Amino acid sequence: MSEKGMFGVSGTGDTSGYGGLVRASADPTSAQRPYGSYFDDVADALERAYPKFSDAIERVVVDRGELTLHVKAERLVEVAKVLRDDETLRFEVCLGVSGVHYPESVGSELHALYPLLSMTHNRRIRLEVSVPDSNPHIPSLVEIWAGNNWHERETYDMFGIIFDGHPALTRILMPDDWPGHPQRKDYPLGGIPIEYIGATVPAPDERRSYQ
Amino acid sequence: MSTFASARETTEGRIYSVTGGDWDDVTNEIGSAKEERVVVNMGPQHPSTHGVLRLMLELEGETITELRCGIGYLHTGIEKNTEYRTWTQGVTFVTRMDYLSPLYNETTYCLAVEKLLGITEEVPERASVIRVLMMELNRISSHMVALGTGALELGAMAPMFFAFRERERVLDIFEMVSGLRMNMAYVRPGGVAQDLPEDSISKIRELVVDLRKNFRDNERLLVGNSIWIKRTKDVGYLDLAGCITLGVTGPVLRATGMPWDLRKTQPYCGYEDYNFDVITTDTCDVYGRFLIRMQELEQSLRIIEQACDKLERLNGAPVMVADKKIAWPAQLALGGDGLGNSLDHIRQIMGTSMESLIHHFKIVTEGFRVPAGQVYTPIESPRGELGAHIVSDGGTRPYRVHFRSPSFSNLQATSAMCEGSLIADVVAAVASIDPVMGDVDR
Amino acid sequence: MGIEEKLPSGFLVTTVEKLAAYMRQNSLWPATFGLACCAIEMMAIGSAQKYDISRFGMEVFRASPRQADLMIVAGRVSQKMAPVVRQIYDQMTEPKWVLSMGACASSGGMFNNYAIVQGVDHIIPVDIYLPGCPPRPEMLMDAILKLHEQIKNEKIGINRKRVIAEVEKAALAAVPTHQIPAFQRGSNE
Repeated sequence: MSEKGMFGVSGTGDTSGYGGLVRASADPTSAQRPYGSYFDDVADALERAYPKFSDAIERVVVDRGELTLHVKAERLVEVAKVLRDDETLRFEVCLGVSGVHYPESVGSELHALYPLLSMTHNRRIRLEVSVPDSNPHIPSLVEIWAGNNWHERETYDMFGIIFDGHPALTRILMPDDWPGHPQRKDYPLGGIPIEYIGATVPAPDERRSYQ
Repeated sequence: MSTFASARETTEGRIYSVTGGDWDDVTNEIGSAKEERVVVNMGPQHPSTHGVLRLMLELEGETITELRCGIGYLHTGIEKNTEYRTWTQGVTFVTRMDYLSPLYNETTYCLAVEKLLGITEEVPERASVIRVLMMELNRISSHMVALGTGALELGAMAPMFFAFRERERVLDIFEMVSGLRMNMAYVRPGGVAQDLPEDSISKIRELVVDLRKNFRDNERLLVGNSIWIKRTKDVGYLDLAGCITLGVTGPVLRATGMPWDLRKTQPYCGYEDYNFDVITTDTCDVYGRFLIRMQELEQSLRIIEQACDKLERLNGAPVMVADKKIAWPAQLALGGDGLGNSLDHIRQIMGTSMESLIHHFKIVTEGFRVPAGQVYTPIESPRGELGAHIVSDGGTRPYRVHFRSPSFSNLQATSAMCEGSLIADVVAAVASIDPVMGDVDR
Repeated sequence: MGIEEKLPSGFLVTTVEKLAAYMRQNSLWPATFGLACCAIEMMAIGSAQKYDISRFGMEVFRASPRQADLMIVAGRVSQKMAPVVRQIYDQMTEPKWVLSMGACASSGGMFNNYAIVQGVDHIIPVDIYLPGCPPRPEMLMDAILKLHEQIKNEKIGINRKRVIAEVEKAALAAVPTHQIPAFQRGSNE
């Protein structure tokens, strides 16, 4: 007779209580003016310096004291140049690229985020660009902020976003011939089951708490 | 064909793999080649590169014409691992990124989670002061490793012994407070895991006095030492424009004269209430960065003294946020069978309060829920700006955690610093950037 | 009967094995193979006054694997680093030992994912495993001393080959730990 006990997966392994319910979260609507603190100054200065502002910026999100500008991929380079060069904006430092993969928002699955810092005015904002899985191309910002070189390579390596115009877009963290892009949500965690005396415990992404 | 050095033709030219044997054989073969460039690999296993860093140098004689860094030899997938763990368990993963300053990783992560939760104002003051105290102690231990290993790589062995001697004293404090010397997982979202033990403040004050005296040892050895100056002055030059466009922060940026320190310009954890100076030099070279690190040690000691004063005034205050639905519920104590929940806590959750039992159970197994959104929280780590970009989808696990690590950005500057200089200068320049490969590769 | 009887006992009658083991264990030179956090604890054992390993003759961390005897794999081995580990191990000359320091080197540690090799013994043969995250310098010293004990009992030449063949045969015939009937839940033994 074999005892199964309370350990191990049976069924879907869902312990959340929602039974596999998937709620599509509503896209946050653009924040309304006034945004608060220095965000209004930034938005005004950007509008003044870049007349096609409303064409390029899809959405403005003000959340938890941070301003995020959702920019269209084609206009990214122009907006970035204005943000860096205009006297009242002067976001000289770009703190890298962060990628996020949202598999449920079909049509804009891959997001790239650029936190910007202005040392002159002591301000921070964020640029966010979304591209679909079918055409994951974003123009490269290496010519504007040279520090983005490695960050864009890392985002390419981990998510598969291709940065057009990057001088040498190759893998940086994984071995050069690694297949797949590890930090995407459809890439498994890749662990192995752990052997204990008398039982094996599956890898973290296949594991469950208890029945 | 000798089994030691072999050569083969590739599309890039002839590649020689040297694994022992006579160097003269290799140079004779190279000498007869038509091309002049020689690409040398300072491979991932090397005594003088700060960890598993691969430097590919294109040489003309002893001068470097091109330098590329190969990284990724320590890529651990920490960011992906946090997506399968609760928010509090994420602290134990994140702490192992920059393993020389683990408390900074933890604090960045916890500040970001608290911002998402909206409880930044409710984190108790004592918890913030303890965080500042531990972070400044960590800054001292991290700078000690930077100085010690930097000196060792340039050939000076005594500073390493002095530096590690001081570091051991600091690690003793860490062990007393959190139980571990490194990778402590002490800072948790909402506060810190447990309060300081009884006599820690007096021990820390003793340590400050001793450290002030002992830092003179290293100072006497290296500052003003003509050999040290010859090796480090005007080496690894990177001016302000270069730093800003490459996104370089920390001592490398402050060596250009720019007094940019997030503890002063965008304070967090109550740093605006402490008196300390931002150290800058204006030589933009390795010697300047070395002086900055030495002087930041003294500033850290000042902050630690002020933090001790504050802690004495705040004796008995809570160290975790008051909201029971978020606060880490366990109260640990050393019992007959080792470290575990204190008997008071067990009496409370098993005997008196049903809510405590439920909170303890739910928060430890499932974790708390964090409202959806994203934040980017930067702090000033010993290497520069360390930022956590965290995305939450409203659940008990992070949706995406990305760390903007200072070592990753600072290491990009190696090419700009070293091209045109000699091989020996590469070692000095990399040591002055002080990259931690766990932070670079995550 | 002659001068041999007068010499301190055991001096001329020790075996070659014991002599060789004595020499090997007391000047084991580690190769610098620090990868991550454990490397810092390894540096502490080499340089901090409390945990000095030069009392065992081991403070010389040789950078060249040709001159090293002991490879302390200190830290997590990523997929990209694995071929380098193997190459350094191959470049070490016999006799060589491997100490896998820390949970990540012994078994992958807390990082059970795509990027980390789940235990350096997937790549190289390990002589002694040291758990901990990171192990204290005293734990590392204990592991090194246990390795010294192991080396003391090592055989050389034909005896060594015999021992290796026996151990291999036993390991190939052994039952995996998680299938040992006595440890299964629900068994009556």
